[in-house]
Amino acid sequence: MIAHIKPSSGAHVGANISVSRIMRQVMLALLPATAFGLFCFGWPAINLFVITVLSAVVFEALCVRLRGRGVKPAIMDGSAVLTGWLLAMTLPPWAPWWIGVVGSGLAIILGKQVYGGLGQNLFNPAMLARVALLISFPIEMTTWANVSPLFFSHSPGWVESWHITFSGLENSDATTGATTLGFIKTEFSQNHLLPDILKDYSGFLNFIGWTRGSLGETSTLLLGLGGLWLIRQKIIQWQIPVSLLLTVALLAGVFHVMDNQHYVSPLLYLNSGAMMCVAFFIATDYVTSPNTPAGQLVFGAGCGLLIFVIRTWGAYPEGAGFAVLLMNSATPLIDHYIRPRIYGRDRKGKPLEIPKS
Amino acid sequence: MLSLFKKSRIRGGVHAEEHKAETATLPIASNFPLPKKLYIPLQQHVGKPAEPVIKVGEKVLKGQLLAHSQGLISAPVHAPSSGVILDVNDYPAPHPTALPIRTIVLETDGKEEWMAVHPVDDPFQLTPEDISLRVGAAGIVGLGGATFPTAVKLNMGRENHIDTLIINGAECEPYLSCDDRLMQERAEMIIDGVRLMLYGMETESAVVAIEDNKPQAFLAMQAAAESFAQINVIQIPTRYPMGWDRQLIRFVTGKEVPVGCRSSEIGVTIHNVGTAFAVHNAIRHGQPLLSRVITVAGGAVQRPTNIEVPFGTLISELFSFCGVNTENIARIIMGGPMMGDSLPHSGLPTVKATSGILALTQSELKNTEEQPCIRCAGCVSVCPAGLRPLDMANNIRINQLDTAVDLGLKDCISCGCCSYICPSNIPLVQYFKYASGEIVARQQAQHKSEQTKRLIDARNARMERIAQQQREDELARIAAKAERERLKAEQEALV
Repeated sequence: MIAHIKPSSGAHVGANISVSRIMRQVMLALLPATAFGLFCFGWPAINLFVITVLSAVVFEALCVRLRGRGVKPAIMDGSAVLTGWLLAMTLPPWAPWWIGVVGSGLAIILGKQVYGGLGQNLFNPAMLARVALLISFPIEMTTWANVSPLFFSHSPGWVESWHITFSGLENSDATTGATTLGFIKTEFSQNHLLPDILKDYSGFLNFIGWTRGSLGETSTLLLGLGGLWLIRQKIIQWQIPVSLLLTVALLAGVFHVMDNQHYVSPLLYLNSGAMMCVAFFIATDYVTSPNTPAGQLVFGAGCGLLIFVIRTWGAYPEGAGFAVLLMNSATPLIDHYIRPRIYGRDRKGKPLEIPKS
Repeated sequence: MLSLFKKSRIRGGVHAEEHKAETATLPIASNFPLPKKLYIPLQQHVGKPAEPVIKVGEKVLKGQLLAHSQGLISAPVHAPSSGVILDVNDYPAPHPTALPIRTIVLETDGKEEWMAVHPVDDPFQLTPEDISLRVGAAGIVGLGGATFPTAVKLNMGRENHIDTLIINGAECEPYLSCDDRLMQERAEMIIDGVRLMLYGMETESAVVAIEDNKPQAFLAMQAAAESFAQINVIQIPTRYPMGWDRQLIRFVTGKEVPVGCRSSEIGVTIHNVGTAFAVHNAIRHGQPLLSRVITVAGGAVQRPTNIEVPFGTLISELFSFCGVNTENIARIIMGGPMMGDSLPHSGLPTVKATSGILALTQSELKNTEEQPCIRCAGCVSVCPAGLRPLDMANNIRINQLDTAVDLGLKDCISCGCCSYICPSNIPLVQYFKYASGEIVARQQAQHKSEQTKRLIDARNARMERIAQQQREDELARIAAKAERERLKAEQEALV
């Protein structure tokens, strides 16, 4: 006879899954692209990455402590590390240290903890922080380092990298430039046409990620593969990435066919690490995306539409952050209107009628 | 896209680790010793409890009626063995609370002396109504776990002109293999029971649906049904909760049972394989329902197996037969690990609903450290009823029970898929059961306060009426007095 069990209904067994496991899987999927980015942009990027992730963890610990909750379980679930990681990936690789710290603070405190912590936030914390940084510090957030891989002779060494990270970049013209999308935007403003603008563009280098861009967002290949692996692992569903990418491709395709002098080809849009990162890793964030398959299709399509609109007609060359935040704010609405049909009821919730036989 | 979802016949569901192989390969144990005492609850079914017809100290024979059914939806209870009635009193029920319930205690004499039974040589000469009557008198209830009186279901079938009888051999709960073994070993008898049910319901055809993780049972049942064209044995995908009657009905017939309706209203009735076997026994051999096959399994069980157990056997006796190391038990579960209830101790009887008794170790149990919901929507995608468990739970947590009901709380079937899949270990089903109970309690409380208010109002009105009456009486009295004085004065004046 034993009597030490608290009454509990099923399920008494569970799937082999946990929050920390999900977070670890996402990090694993991000790892190749991140490692490649860190390699491409060298020691300053590594500094920034470490600073951003560490400060995210510190801010998380502080907030959880202030709320009087257990610090260890909150840190161990891996969500803060992932937020810091995602944010770091979207930052210019040679950004100064305080960009990482301020960004992490914005992401963890304003983006997550003020709403009540994990699972409660309305907006994607990493995107919120990135957009806030972009608006507040436009210079730092649009200074894109040239590809200067680790251990190459012209790349900054370990000591020089501390200088870049902590006292800023000197003589930045020699070591920085514009991203492809930024370059197109500036050239358009000088009334140049696309074939002329893109004469130096290499699809292959963009595909593998050997190009200027955010720290971990350059490689279409590695981010795309990571994303597909996440779908295969059933960590994310296919709906958001597919509808997002399809919408962008369709819109870009239509406009490109109509006017290929002014509208970028859909291939150039899709062949972008940033696009892959948004489609597979940012827009699919559980907390801030709808929770039904149909709602996710709508959400993805909305993100795709906004990305295209902002990139094409907006003031910023890259609109993913804004697009995702706008659609985040629509998520509760989507979830309110798009619900699964309950068994034995119609879409409006009325019981089905008995079929007359 | 939406119409595509509509056409798909299986919705949601999970595939948990099966753990069936340990018991599904062993024959049903026949050497289980007859317990010295049987604790037979009077309510082992949906509906009203049975009413005892025996007295304490009376000697009873095996199969003898102990308590008769009461009302339209009820089932009688019979003596699982011969012996003496020791007590009719309240004993702990096999329920998570183990609250006492009216129970007959039978001390067995070990003779297994049968009462006089009346086998029927050709049941197809009986009237269909007679089949129902005999099934009802044998105390047969749905043995899949719902324990709805089978005779009532047969009658409803006859009245509603059922065109398909589905025999549920899905057994989708992990660990359990009692139906599997029953089908492997007693296929002919089950098929005979199916034919009798078809006859009793005046239904043309039956479909026996067996999950494709039980190939042996499928082959045995197919062979047994070969010569009966009206019975079709099919394999269905293995995916919990395939055995949920409404999921199975949709898969087999393509029809969906509307909310608030019984399946018989759309021309389908569903019975469990164990029930079909019991019907065979009751009609062919005149034997009431006295025992059932129970799976005893779990990590703490050294010799997990299926046992045919007389009702009223204490779980502790099953444990000692199967070599359960009580030190290792982290939780005792009656039923399967998905929908079963955890029991506080093993001193509780097995009943008609007991398909399995599991003694699980800590490592088999789901982690109970609750973490915040990350809205992964796993629960939405596995819910076979099409609910959004996370939203329901969030509303219940902030005491918005009405919103939870609007979201479909009452359509929840407690299948446990959401709790199973939740990466944050949120006990969602526990939330839903709490909310359902709380709603009933609140309705009762509200009803009570309305009644009290009505009584107070009535009392106030009555008091007011009395006071009014008294005032009127007083006025009348004063008037009468004045009149008397006036008369008196007049008389004096006359004098």
